[in-house]
Amino acid sequence: MANAEVVLLDFWPSPFGMRVRIALAEKGIKYEYKEEDLQNKSALLLQMNPVHKKIPVLIHNGKPVAESLIAVQYIDEAWKDKAPLLPSDPYLRAQAKFWADFVDKKIYALGRKIWATKGEEQEAAKKEFIESLKLMEGKLGEKPYFGGESFGYVDVVLVPFYSWFYAYEVFGNFSIEAECPKLIQWAKRCSEKESVLKSLPDHKKVHGFVLELKKRLGIE
Amino acid sequence: MAEIELHGTWPSPYSYRVLWALKLKGIPYEYVEEDLFNKSPLLLQYNPVYKKIPVLVHGGKPICESVIILQYLDETWPQNPLLPSDPYERAVARFWIKFIEDKGPSVWVVHRTSGEEQEKAVKDTLEMLKTIEEQALGGKKYFGGDKIGMVDIAYGVIAHWLEVVEEVVGIKMLEPYKFPRLHAWTKNFKEAPIIVDNLPDRDEMLVYFKQAREKLLASA
Repeated sequence: MANAEVVLLDFWPSPFGMRVRIALAEKGIKYEYKEEDLQNKSALLLQMNPVHKKIPVLIHNGKPVAESLIAVQYIDEAWKDKAPLLPSDPYLRAQAKFWADFVDKKIYALGRKIWATKGEEQEAAKKEFIESLKLMEGKLGEKPYFGGESFGYVDVVLVPFYSWFYAYEVFGNFSIEAECPKLIQWAKRCSEKESVLKSLPDHKKVHGFVLELKKRLGIE
Repeated sequence: MAEIELHGTWPSPYSYRVLWALKLKGIPYEYVEEDLFNKSPLLLQYNPVYKKIPVLVHGGKPICESVIILQYLDETWPQNPLLPSDPYERAVARFWIKFIEDKGPSVWVVHRTSGEEQEKAVKDTLEMLKTIEEQALGGKKYFGGDKIGMVDIAYGVIAHWLEVVEEVVGIKMLEPYKFPRLHAWTKNFKEAPIIVDNLPDRDEMLVYFKQAREKLLASA
């Protein structure tokens, strides 16, 4: 598949955008990165994702693919000869998709509640967040990656949130490493990969971003 | 070929998605009706994370989440393919499947609420229908083109369950003059081979969803 023209509309702190950056890097695909100002969305973004008007949007030969999990699967299928992210066995693929979907249903929403709420609501979110991470830790078991011996789809889907853990810990006043040491080991292992290193922002920068976001949203 | 079981409930559109795919592909299976008010130990064992139906069990191995099951079936039994073979067209199909997953639940909110909350859910449902009408169908007979595909199966809830909810709550949302394409699609879908012989009885559904609404409103 020719690389022709690949463009990524993204926003630097977005864990969803990071997923696509990692997938592109794993496959060695050259692309143009376009930073979007979500307070002032570009005409291109509105044209390429008219339904949701959200990032990330992957544009390949002028054709848009929206939604991070769909974009990662598209990248895996369109550039299938290098670094496969999903396993080839249908049952293992179904398991990988199940856990990716679990990350989407739980981790993002709970993480947001941790920095955006206080009191009982925050405590409940922290509890469920840790439970969800522990469930994934159990799924990881003794394997180096969720993909087994090699970095795969679930790894790509979950690891971006690692760049947000520091912010969650500061605003939630808790330690994720204390609760899920194996998961943190996994995250550090992933961070040694160049694709992840290049794609995740510095966690202090993310914390700074969340501070500003809270101010802007009027959340104490 | 190992034994296949579908664990579902008769009024569930999610159950039916899997049933339709099994029948369209001519895959023999055994159906197990689950009681959601008294969940079987087997269901809890097969789906410990969500404790929901449908669950497909293939050779003793469970697969959960209807959309994931559909893709598993399509990959394991390639006859009568439900997704296109081109990676970009697959990405578009997955986008619209995700759209109904994300927005479809507003129909259930209309079903179980009243007053302002219901009004908002009706508004959300109308917006969803408008997007589908204007952007998802194009001029095709089915979402899948000339033949029913995975997107059509995912949208079955709109074809058969929406009108039951409309009648139970007394609010018409899918008006033929407002949504001519979508309305035509619902007729084509319900008259399609195999689908036509595999739809839950409308009168029984009316009774079920009317009783369910009364129970849900009482406990709200």
